[in-house]
Amino acid sequence: MAQTTESWGSRVGLILAMAGNAVGLGNFLRFPVQAVQNGGGTFIIPYLVSFLLMGIPLLWVEWAMGRFGGRYGDHSTPFILDNMTKRRFWKYFGVFGIFTNMGVMAYYTYIESWTLTYTIKSLKGDFLGLDLAQLDTFFNNYVDLGSGVNFPVWAILAFLVTLTINIYILSRGLSAGIETVAKIAMPLLILFGAFLAIMSWTTGSTGRCDDCSTFIGLNFLWEPDFTTLANPKIWLAAAGQIFFTLSVGMGTIHCYSSYLKQKDDIALNAMAAGWMNGFVEIVLGSAVVIPIAVGYLGLDWVIENAGFMMAFKTMPFLFDQWGSVIAVISGVAWFGLLFFAGITSSLAMGTPFMGFVQDEFNWSKNKSAIILGVSILAMGLPTILFFEKGVFDEYDYWTGTVSLVVFALAEVILFAWVFGMDKGWAEINDGADMKVPKIYRPIIKYVTPLFIGTILFTSLIKPLNGELSDWSTAWNSLLSGNGWPWATDSIINKVFHLDTGVIWWENDVLTDMFYIDMSRYFLLTCFFVLVAMVKAASNKRKKRAL
Amino acid sequence: MTTSALIMIVLTQGTVITATIYFFRKVLKAPSSGASDSYSDNDVKKD
Repeated sequence: MAQTTESWGSRVGLILAMAGNAVGLGNFLRFPVQAVQNGGGTFIIPYLVSFLLMGIPLLWVEWAMGRFGGRYGDHSTPFILDNMTKRRFWKYFGVFGIFTNMGVMAYYTYIESWTLTYTIKSLKGDFLGLDLAQLDTFFNNYVDLGSGVNFPVWAILAFLVTLTINIYILSRGLSAGIETVAKIAMPLLILFGAFLAIMSWTTGSTGRCDDCSTFIGLNFLWEPDFTTLANPKIWLAAAGQIFFTLSVGMGTIHCYSSYLKQKDDIALNAMAAGWMNGFVEIVLGSAVVIPIAVGYLGLDWVIENAGFMMAFKTMPFLFDQWGSVIAVISGVAWFGLLFFAGITSSLAMGTPFMGFVQDEFNWSKNKSAIILGVSILAMGLPTILFFEKGVFDEYDYWTGTVSLVVFALAEVILFAWVFGMDKGWAEINDGADMKVPKIYRPIIKYVTPLFIGTILFTSLIKPLNGELSDWSTAWNSLLSGNGWPWATDSIINKVFHLDTGVIWWENDVLTDMFYIDMSRYFLLTCFFVLVAMVKAASNKRKKRAL
Repeated sequence: MTTSALIMIVLTQGTVITATIYFFRKVLKAPSSGASDSYSDNDVKKD
């Protein structure tokens, strides 16, 4: 195993890089939409409960596991997990900590490239004067929608440029590459976000329609409806958002933390990075998309159209309402902050693979970065070419959703029950610059695994619609012999296509399901290639030990 | 905005802003342990 010479340049740099890892496109695009769709102001209650009972414990667990692995010279999850137990199979769970990142990076870098293109276009003033229909057409042409198999030449070029930027920064290493970018990107991101939030809060009523006011948008986002608190759908959505926003269950935190020394603090660092992510999401993220859209398009339009694509298809039009100069500044601020949010996350996703191959196969930084780049290109192209067939969403579902929950459950069980809470608690507190509340010891041992286990179980068997009443209807249906009414996004239904059956060929053409299933097999192949690499690395270690 | 929405926004955002500032200030004010740490900026540069 190679001895790494990598280290973080400064403590603030590490925290900014960790916060940059967590702060992503979801802070500005996913959080407000989830809130709108799940009870408005009520959503924040299960969100904060999930943060306290699952987010914070997982942050401490992952930081502690990473630093523990770093002590043995391991910088990726397979061998970090392997060091914590005598049972050798755990290292294969650790494969998730590399696979998830590569799978997400493959499609995430594509979205990141959109934000780069849109930043440049905003700077050139190309969106000035365009209405919603024209912006829609521009986006559809840019990603080549409507042609079945998509071949968007400019989008592919932008993807290649963005990927090259990522790979170059990763090849520069931890301190000179990732940390330097984080120190520039994070303050700029907060500055851009604060500018847009102030614009949103000060716009108020625009007179475009009866309810066209940013205050109505904010009210819609924050007014609580406590009757919805008993709905498991909302709790599931809030817990899911915590996973996405903190980047837990991915393996990136372990990797970054593994470059720390034993006496370095992790407890306070984890809190500083975690709460900074919360600030960007709750304070800045909630102030931009929904309130400004309600301000100019009204509440009904937003309820009907709220979604991820608003960032590209709607925001330039809304900025244009502020006059051409502020529209250009706002456009650059908006897409610029999304680009910074994206790149600080995608860089983090590249590090576990880099750490793994440098540790186990003695590859140089340049070689590791280039091979990572080629792998991400190969994994990313299907999401671009078959975007319209649903391959992009399929990647997001398996690598960006299910894998996170599976790995988080495995790691918290390993930490609390196999490694043991005595050693685990000592590891969290070692070198701590803050007093970790003792209540978190039983929380990590009992509550967090139960919390994540419940999320995984309900995701496996989620009934149609997923509302509280749908669960009792589903049980009644099952008990009366009519079967379980599966939600389209429940894991079991997704795997076996229970609601529709397997249809790969219809009316002499391949169906979308064919492309989706092929992308699954491809992802599965990638996973097993990584398993084989871990096995090879393990054999190398055994030979060296003899 | 309704009163309940205002209460939610002030309580939530106030908590998050306070916690963010509190923990970040604590990091900046934390004394160096004096022991060898991971941060290369702290290292003594040899000419």
